[in-house]
Amino acid sequence: MNANSSEIPMVQLLTVDGDFIEPKEHAVYGDIVRQLREADFLKFYRDMARIRRFDEEATALQRQGQMGLWVSAIGQEAAQIGSGYGVGPNDHIFPSYREHGVAITHGVDLMSIIKTFRGVNHGGWNPKENRFHLYAIVLGTQVLHATGYAMGINFEGLVGTGDPEKDLAVITYFGDGATAEGDVSEAFLFAATNNTPQVFFCQNNQWAISSPVGTQTKVPLYKRGEGFGVPGIRVDGNDVLACYAVTKKNMDDARNGKGPSLIEALTYRIGAHTTSDDPSKYRDPAEVAEWAAKDPLIRFERFLRKQGIGQDFFDEVKIAGDALAADLREKTFAMPEPPMELMFDHVYSEPHPLIEEQRAWLQGYEESLDGHDPISNGEETPRYGGTH
Amino acid sequence: MSNFAELSIAKAINAGIRKSMQDNSKVLVFGEDVAQLGGVFRVTEGLLDEFGSKRVFNSPIAESGIIGTAIGLAMRGFRPIAEIQFDGFIYPAFDQIVSQLAKLTNRSEGYFDMPVVVRVPYGGGIGAVEHHSESPEAYFAHTAGLRVVSPSNANDAYWMIQQAIESRDPVLFFEPKRRYWQKGQVNLDHAPMSLHTAATVRQGSDVTIATYGPMVVTALQAAENAAAEGINIEVIDIRSMSPIDFGHIVESVKRTGRLIVTHEASTFVSISSEIAAKIAELCFYHLEAPVIRVGGFDVPYPAAKLEELFLPDADRLMEAVDRVLAY
Repeated sequence: MNANSSEIPMVQLLTVDGDFIEPKEHAVYGDIVRQLREADFLKFYRDMARIRRFDEEATALQRQGQMGLWVSAIGQEAAQIGSGYGVGPNDHIFPSYREHGVAITHGVDLMSIIKTFRGVNHGGWNPKENRFHLYAIVLGTQVLHATGYAMGINFEGLVGTGDPEKDLAVITYFGDGATAEGDVSEAFLFAATNNTPQVFFCQNNQWAISSPVGTQTKVPLYKRGEGFGVPGIRVDGNDVLACYAVTKKNMDDARNGKGPSLIEALTYRIGAHTTSDDPSKYRDPAEVAEWAAKDPLIRFERFLRKQGIGQDFFDEVKIAGDALAADLREKTFAMPEPPMELMFDHVYSEPHPLIEEQRAWLQGYEESLDGHDPISNGEETPRYGGTH
Repeated sequence: MSNFAELSIAKAINAGIRKSMQDNSKVLVFGEDVAQLGGVFRVTEGLLDEFGSKRVFNSPIAESGIIGTAIGLAMRGFRPIAEIQFDGFIYPAFDQIVSQLAKLTNRSEGYFDMPVVVRVPYGGGIGAVEHHSESPEAYFAHTAGLRVVSPSNANDAYWMIQQAIESRDPVLFFEPKRRYWQKGQVNLDHAPMSLHTAATVRQGSDVTIATYGPMVVTALQAAENAAAEGINIEVIDIRSMSPIDFGHIVESVKRTGRLIVTHEASTFVSISSEIAAKIAELCFYHLEAPVIRVGGFDVPYPAAKLEELFLPDADRLMEAVDRVLAY
């Protein structure tokens, strides 16, 4: 049995045709979904559509030279929006770098994400206020930070008090590729031995740049935590209701003191790893087509239509998407260059002799040029590939 | 009147940590074998009994995990003191230190402080097996965002560990392991100076020797030997390898005109390389001789029976003194 075998049981609540199926072995997930109202379903769909439109527009902006790089999450919207809404409002989220969908469920301004990939700053959102931490580029590093954070919650006694206002949990996101990093295994160990209030959410999108998941693992990834004492479950990552229900259940359990758990969301990276990648060199188009047919948005749209949601709603979402894209373009074109200070600020928490010396030197040097760029001889050089 | 106590460096660090833990309930101690055993050098002995297992606990043997979880704890508002058991065991944590710990305050634009102290017993001279005698400080001094210090005596050990714990930035705290049992008077009431200030530990007029950590005692021995020959050596304990208190060294070199920089670490791209370059720039017209570096050779730390040949000693420093005086 390979790591992605279809024989592996997984929690699925929606068929590809959009029919709700009662989970035989896990009735609790059905119960969680039955507590949702129509407004919740519409919110899930709106956000999945919003993040896809955002993603498509960001890819276009990168192609126009407006961003150094774009990291597409197309195909993973259900895993991200579903799990994101399964996280409690006071819980903390430690993302990797592809979690744009999770970000919007916790109020992160999408322009902050554009800034990161345009090269303006390293995120810039307030991770304390959003409880959505900065993107982590080195794979798996954030998983240990999440575990340390959850250890701290334990030490403060904010687990299993029974007071929903007090109890906290942490969720950390990583991909199938990151599971090969030692930091992820070490995090499983620290989490298990400390019984941390924590969910490990692995989006298995099946490709780590050009390496299929079989390069990273011989066993299904949801089993990766078992040897450390972290039980796992696999969920259909293209089923927004299943991702929501399983995440909510596991986060509730974590908050109640039942310890860490691992969720593997089986999904698919429809696009390239990043805009620098060319998946046609290593991927069978038939495989992409097979997964495109399981598109999480189409599946949920079918569900909603069967619930009686009319065309007006989908038209409204489409119009909102176009407005979002226009706004994104406008704000990206208008985005100012970062100030020089950004490089020198906050390297240390107080003024540092070497850095202050270098800051002052650069300031003086720039002023000495009197606005003339010695390389371009005063002509303005666009930073990103020509005029817009 | 201040209260004094005679303590070894190991006991002084222990007392400093205890004081910080009493003053601030957010201070935690963890690492390999730090709890019941008190660490392999007993630096954390007795802390478990006094502060309990939520504040003093053993970690799995996973250095990246130790630093990675320390970062998460710091994000939550704790002030972790993470022990790396030996210098040569810090490398599994290298990414978490240089790419995460060092950069998080900057990349978060100041939303997070990183008040983490990484304690590292370092250096040779104890006849240890491989990977137990290294001096990796230059790797960390090279990384923006970290502070790197090393005490050379009990009084500094007591105060510098407390100052490191109070720092809002990460501090690599290198403890000179072959001097752990060296005793000294500790002023329990007044810190001698701030964390990153250099100290003149012997005044002289002919040659300046700048050093830190375990080599301060060696430099003082060399200075005594030289005095018998009528050579007057000034010894500076730089105490902080990042940032470096260059002003203090410059003031001395302007008087002596000659500088030797010494440490146990290999000299190639080392702390002494940086000091030599900077002093050449700042004291060009005052130097009577080139700045000479005296350090370990640029080879892997050798087997214990060869370490006396590897480590700079008072005689090797005297040889360097002869060389700078020959100009």
